[in-house]
Amino acid sequence: MHPAFSVVFFTTATGAGYGLLALLGVLAGQGFVPPDFWLGLVGMGLALGLISAGLLSSAGHLGRPERAWRAFSQWRSSWLSREGVASVATFVPAGLFAIGWVVLGRTNGWVAVAGLLAAVGAFVTVCTTGMIYASLKPIAQWHSRFTLPGYLIFSAMSGSVLLNALLQGFAIGSTIALAGCVLLTVLGWGWKLATWRYNDGLEIPTNANTATGLAGGTVRSLEWPHTEENYLLKEMGFRIARKHKARLRRIAQALAFVFPALLLLAAFALPWPYAAVLSALAAIVQFVGMLVERWLFFAEAKHTVTLYYGR
Amino acid sequence: MTCLPAHTDKKLGLVIDLDTCVGCQACVTACKEWNTGGHMAPLTDIDPYGGDADGVWFNRVHSYEHITEMGGRTVNFPRSCLHCDTPACVTVCPTGASYKRASDGIVLVDEDKCIGCKLCSWACPYGAREFDTDVGVMKKCTLCVDRIYNDNLAEEDRVPACVAACPTSARHFGDLGDPASAVSQLVAERGGVDLMPELGYHPTNKYLPPRAHTTRAASVPAPALEPVRAEGGFLGWVDRMLSH
Repeated sequence: MHPAFSVVFFTTATGAGYGLLALLGVLAGQGFVPPDFWLGLVGMGLALGLISAGLLSSAGHLGRPERAWRAFSQWRSSWLSREGVASVATFVPAGLFAIGWVVLGRTNGWVAVAGLLAAVGAFVTVCTTGMIYASLKPIAQWHSRFTLPGYLIFSAMSGSVLLNALLQGFAIGSTIALAGCVLLTVLGWGWKLATWRYNDGLEIPTNANTATGLAGGTVRSLEWPHTEENYLLKEMGFRIARKHKARLRRIAQALAFVFPALLLLAAFALPWPYAAVLSALAAIVQFVGMLVERWLFFAEAKHTVTLYYGR
Repeated sequence: MTCLPAHTDKKLGLVIDLDTCVGCQACVTACKEWNTGGHMAPLTDIDPYGGDADGVWFNRVHSYEHITEMGGRTVNFPRSCLHCDTPACVTVCPTGASYKRASDGIVLVDEDKCIGCKLCSWACPYGAREFDTDVGVMKKCTLCVDRIYNDNLAEEDRVPACVAACPTSARHFGDLGDPASAVSQLVAERGGVDLMPELGYHPTNKYLPPRAHTTRAASVPAPALEPVRAEGGFLGWVDRMLSH
């Protein structure tokens, strides 16, 4: 599948943003994070900023973005529509929570309830994003039991690493927060390795025989219907990643999981402000790594239409 | 609404005979010619005379080499929308632009509602949908909905343009929901198959596999030339002289 940058950025940014929003909503509302004005402004600004930037980026992927409002109508059948509804609905409690925290200076009472609702909204929205991909039968690498948990784990992982960087930045970091994001990063790494292992061993029942209805023997593409690449090949016949698969996987693992985990482990041992600098660096490196991971998620996915072209 | 109808009164579709298709591309050009002025018009071409031609087509004819223990043969394979019974391209649509008609089962796109998110083309395993980068919306085969019900055409012309154009009658149009229809009987008689049945889209269009190889027909390849054996006598002398 062609990895359009707008969609790669969208899923990475909203994943991190919703993860951070959910953690802030739960932890600040329950009193684990102090209702500090600047922390609220920067934290909620970062979470809602990432989410908004991601959503705007995804609108840039549309052929007719001015009609995007229509996408809220088909939530009965479409995961994409459900994602649109959930993402917009989540802005309501998230906005109230941000106002309570930043403007009114409190995160208890109804503000805590808004925080919990924002966390639920974030969880639901990330689930709908995952299901968009997990529900597509023609793409076996996505239509698997690894896709939905993957989206949730990566969202929690990148959100927690961002939260830790924030807390460290405000000199209120804790070993629990550090340990939490190291554990989630290791979990994310393990999940990605398991996903790749599963995908590499996939035995897909769909092949050139079933695609053409020609039973038995071998079916070899002799001639394409067209001489140049068409929409189908540009959108779904993307092959660059398969050529550099091993190297790209190493880069993604190093940037998204290994370096951030090492930086965070080093932050355990070092005093402030070094721990804060390392925590911020871990968040930035991981974000770049997740962009590579998400790029690979698209680029490695093989659509059944490529069977018609002998690819 | 992108929820699927529980039942369609008819299942209009095509039956494509892979035995008789000669890959002449007549259906491809007839489709393009009709539909670029039809329901989904235009079928935009980008840089049609340049080195990087691209454009929207509803019907594409591939050629394959099918090799079995019975021998090998070339199979020409027209590929277009199969107007599936459970088309995921419809249910994934977030705007309601894609829909399946309850009256005849035809899958259509309402271009005025399409936001061009391309998700339907990802959900179609057959590559039936092609994005029009110029207009910014998705396009697909309409089963010539503007021909088959068109009172301005003579009755025999009320078939999809691809069917009307086919010089070898490899394409048949009819109601596949009616077991008594000519197309349904053709499918039953020739053992018509679904494409990628394992994905569960339940395509309406059926493909008739090429007929089995027969031993009655003349062997097509000429017998191999025998090696020239050394001969004696005058001809042998000529052969030896010319071989030097």
